Amino acid sequence: MSFWHRFARNRGALLGVFILTFFILLALLAPFLYPDSPWRMVQRPFLAPGEVEGFPLGTDAMGRDVAAGLAHGAWVSLLVGLISTLAAMLIGVPLGALAGYFGGRVDDVLMRFTEFFQTIPNFALAIVLVAILQPSITTIILAIAIVSWPPVARLVRGEFLSLKQREYVEAARLVGQGHVAIIVRQILPNALSPVIVLASLMIATAILLESALSFMGLGDPDLMSWGYMIGAARTVMRQAWWLSVIPGVAILLTVLALNLVGDGLDDALNPQLARQR
Amino acid sequence: MSETLLHIERLALSLPEGGERLYAVENIDYHLDSGEILCVVGESGSGKSMTANAIMRLLPRGVNVAQGRALFAGRDLLRMSEEEHRALRGRHIGMIFQEPMTALNPLLRIGDQLAEVFEAHGLLSTGERRQRSLALLEEVRLPDPAAALRAYPFELSGGQRQRVMIAMALALEPQLLVADEPTTALDVTTQAQILGLIRDLQKRRGMAVMLITHDFGVVAEVADRVCVMREGRIVEMGTAAEVLDNPRDAYTRALIEAIPGDAVAPPREVADSVPLLSVTGLDKVYRTGGGWFKEKREVVALEGIAFSLGRGETIGVVGESGSGKSTLGRCLVGLNRPDSGEIRLDDVDLRALAGRELREHRRRIQMIFQDPYASLNPRTRVGMAIAQGPIANGVPRAQALARARELLATVGLEGSAAERFPHEFSGGQRQRIGIARALALDPELIIADEAVSALDVSIQAQILALLDRLKKELSLSLLFITHDLRVAAQICDRLIVMQKGQIVEQGSAEQVFNSPQHAYTRELLAAIPGRRRPAATPVVEEDQP
Amino acid sequence: MLYLSLIAGRLGKAVLVLLAILVFNFFLIHAAPGDPALVMAGEAGSTDAEFIADLRERFGLDQPLPVQLWHYISGVLTLDFGYSYRQQMPVLDLILDRLPATLLLTGAAFIISLSLGVLAGALAAMRAGKPSGSLIMGLALLFYATPLYWVAMMSVLLFSVWLEWLPAYGFSTVGANYTGLAHVGDVALHLILPALTLGLFFMAIYTRMTRTSMLSVAQQDFVRTARAKGVAPGVIQRRHILRNALLPIITLAGLQAGQMVGGAVLTETVFAWPGIGRLMYDALMQRDYNLLLGVFFFSALLVIVFNMITDVIYRLADPRIRGAA
Repeated sequence: MSFWHRFARNRGALLGVFILTFFILLALLAPFLYPDSPWRMVQRPFLAPGEVEGFPLGTDAMGRDVAAGLAHGAWVSLLVGLISTLAAMLIGVPLGALAGYFGGRVDDVLMRFTEFFQTIPNFALAIVLVAILQPSITTIILAIAIVSWPPVARLVRGEFLSLKQREYVEAARLVGQGHVAIIVRQILPNALSPVIVLASLMIATAILLESALSFMGLGDPDLMSWGYMIGAARTVMRQAWWLSVIPGVAILLTVLALNLVGDGLDDALNPQLARQR
Repeated sequence: MSETLLHIERLALSLPEGGERLYAVENIDYHLDSGEILCVVGESGSGKSMTANAIMRLLPRGVNVAQGRALFAGRDLLRMSEEEHRALRGRHIGMIFQEPMTALNPLLRIGDQLAEVFEAHGLLSTGERRQRSLALLEEVRLPDPAAALRAYPFELSGGQRQRVMIAMALALEPQLLVADEPTTALDVTTQAQILGLIRDLQKRRGMAVMLITHDFGVVAEVADRVCVMREGRIVEMGTAAEVLDNPRDAYTRALIEAIPGDAVAPPREVADSVPLLSVTGLDKVYRTGGGWFKEKREVVALEGIAFSLGRGETIGVVGESGSGKSTLGRCLVGLNRPDSGEIRLDDVDLRALAGRELREHRRRIQMIFQDPYASLNPRTRVGMAIAQGPIANGVPRAQALARARELLATVGLEGSAAERFPHEFSGGQRQRIGIARALALDPELIIADEAVSALDVSIQAQILALLDRLKKELSLSLLFITHDLRVAAQICDRLIVMQKGQIVEQGSAEQVFNSPQHAYTRELLAAIPGRRRPAATPVVEEDQP
Repeated sequence: MLYLSLIAGRLGKAVLVLLAILVFNFFLIHAAPGDPALVMAGEAGSTDAEFIADLRERFGLDQPLPVQLWHYISGVLTLDFGYSYRQQMPVLDLILDRLPATLLLTGAAFIISLSLGVLAGALAAMRAGKPSGSLIMGLALLFYATPLYWVAMMSVLLFSVWLEWLPAYGFSTVGANYTGLAHVGDVALHLILPALTLGLFFMAIYTRMTRTSMLSVAQQDFVRTARAKGVAPGVIQRRHILRNALLPIITLAGLQAGQMVGGAVLTETVFAWPGIGRLMYDALMQRDYNLLLGVFFFSALLVIVFNMITDVIYRLADPRIRGAA
């Protein structure tokens, strides 16, 4: 059975792709749909959704268009999720590969280093990093990457530990292939499927982390984000509940979709496990 | 005495849709009388375990009863309610499995797992359960049963765990014992003990045993009656004597003939007396742990190994698991580093070399691996897998790939196989590919580490014949590592017997078989299943796959 | 004896990690844009040049980095975490004052999430493929995907603002001055929402993990052995499958402890719960870096303690490791 066939058999995964496509389109079209800055005051504050035409989601406490914020926020969420996950992969995959492949002292040192980062409370570390390095989209991405690479390293290490003992890897050593060729050509391609599944789940976690940082007031001050919108709505929750509900639902749907897609990838890439679901 | 206990009638089990065939087994008809041992024999994929799984209700998901009945003492096991069936399991029908290492719950003490059998059927008080458990462990001849009762599974060896499994299966004196490959995962000496134990207990209790095996040696050892299966159907059935001595079916005959007998091929002329490989004083100790916070552990794998191997000669290295035989092979090819000693290839000490020189000489020793499924990279085309070695050694890509096609032909596959991926081949075909890969670097010595152990006997014979032919055509030397003395007898000029990291005996194959010097060698030979039977003369042709 | 050396090893590792965090903290302060003295002066609300020079000297900011690092570490070793100018109190006193509330919150959330999560996961595994099993997993996925702080806000909206069942903010009713049991009941009432919302996310994790773990244990040979013995299905689930499935959950729980302390920052912020998480938020708002790093250090310390506890539990639960120790 082909990859797409197995993926499509998981109906949740298809739903996830559907939701995700919607938010990706929203993010890409934001500059055309709402060419103005989402920070601009455009109407009376506290308009309820649908109260005034042209503002389907209403306005916030400063009279900013909630729909515009939502569209521009989608861009920030997805961008931060994607790039920080890529960065975490760039740290975690090589570290895990080296630790698993060479073992011994190299493994000892690299794994102590990984454990150190895994011991520090993730969110607290991210807060400290962003707060002290000053909030900006770069520091946010950096902080999220720094707190999220350890699971990647551990996963890749585990795969390498078991794959390097496969007989085909030993055969490659016997015929004289070098370390680099063995790591890149023999082991890495066979270790990739669980890493891809993990990556899709990590994008979801990164989006949650970014929104939490923005909620705490540590977002990039120039960029509108969903977490910021919820944080700003907190003090006016009693008057205008929709201001916190709408961006919250957006985050929930995006993260949910990414998880569904991740499960679908898992089914498609590891067919022998798929039956358990 | 022979009253029918189990009667299987026209049983068919359906497989999930989209598989290779519709039924796992069909048209299964046999009966089992109390007090007899029926061996169900077949190769992998023959469906030999399926019937047993069906009557125990342990069928894998997707496999269902399509038709037929399984009458146990007059009641249909396949159609009674789950509660009724559960009352029978463990009490009237006991079962033991192939893999003793994983068959016990790692978190519960042996005593509790034994007592659970009584508890499950609401029998005896707690104290009585304990006493019966102790008695059972004595009956299966476990050393120090009282301690074993308190032990966790990880504290027992494989053979001991299988004894516990037998004790558990027999706890409630069932009329029927189902044993699914009960000795396959065990060393040959342990295997003989466990078979003996099953036979003794069966005789003493007069119960019926359904023993499922792939090994005609085991059949010869214990069977009263035999049922031979192939691709889900029964091909032959009869008493042990009938089937073993007078097989009517061609497939049965092929299977029986494919078992290497213990007659040793006549000593061959060794063409070149100059040793190609000579090993002296090889030591290897495995050290685990020893990190910053871990304990150190040491296991001696090799101690003072010395032997030499002539050009064109085949030496068999025989031993049970943990004897160090695989470590020896891995040290010779350079996958493991010995602690001390010399490995000389034509007077060049490999251990003194490094860099380019080492690589040049390493090329001369290649290896064939055990597991045909793990020895090929699933994402590399077969031709590339073979060509990778020459390419890494500087041969132009196109030339290496062309040579790979030739090699595929040499090992009896079509050249077009080069374009395909490993999963498109059967186990035996993959092993041929593995051999082609080993030949790609024009080696002088090939080390075969349990190279046929994972294959069915009929395939085993073909691969052995292939190796024998290649050896002669290419004047190769062969170091054949195996736990199976029968296999070693078939192909080797000389034998090395290893135990606990040391060589306890070496000599010509004929010598070792006919007048073993060391007590351990005698023990190994005595333990070969089916040895008492006069051997069929092996007539093996190297079939094209 | 081996137990002792094991514990010594663990402690040694913990100390190393804490030292590494201190070094990390130190360099982080120096990586911050701007002059630390100016930052501190800013904290103290002064831009007076003389005051800045004084600060520089007092904190040894004019000395080479290694010397400063040594001062910083030896300070912490004597339990001196610096002074919070904003709050006019030593950092240590501030943290110790707030620590019990955080321990109460995370402890309660930990127990709730672990027990309910394992229960739900076990149910989902036993009902795998049935609608009820799918429903549990659907809910778990939903909670897993919901931002923690948002759940907290929504529960305030629902249970405090609209239904008026539970208090929305704080540790106890302001001005009520309850004593004895009444006080305990009052705090418990205030604890319900924060602990539940913090626990919900982790409950989802444990549910998913327990189910996966149980389904994979169910495939193992010893389960088949138990079936062949005629053991009742319920007993197989409890005694054989669940018990073995719990081992990886214990490890996971240790790893998740860190996340939980992080999550407490958000929960405490929303519910104005007077713990170190709320303290961190305040420090953040006031750019009080000494306090921020102090809280960070203590949250790491908490995680290490959590990890050591789960490690001990794991060792007690698995005879193979118990035997090897």
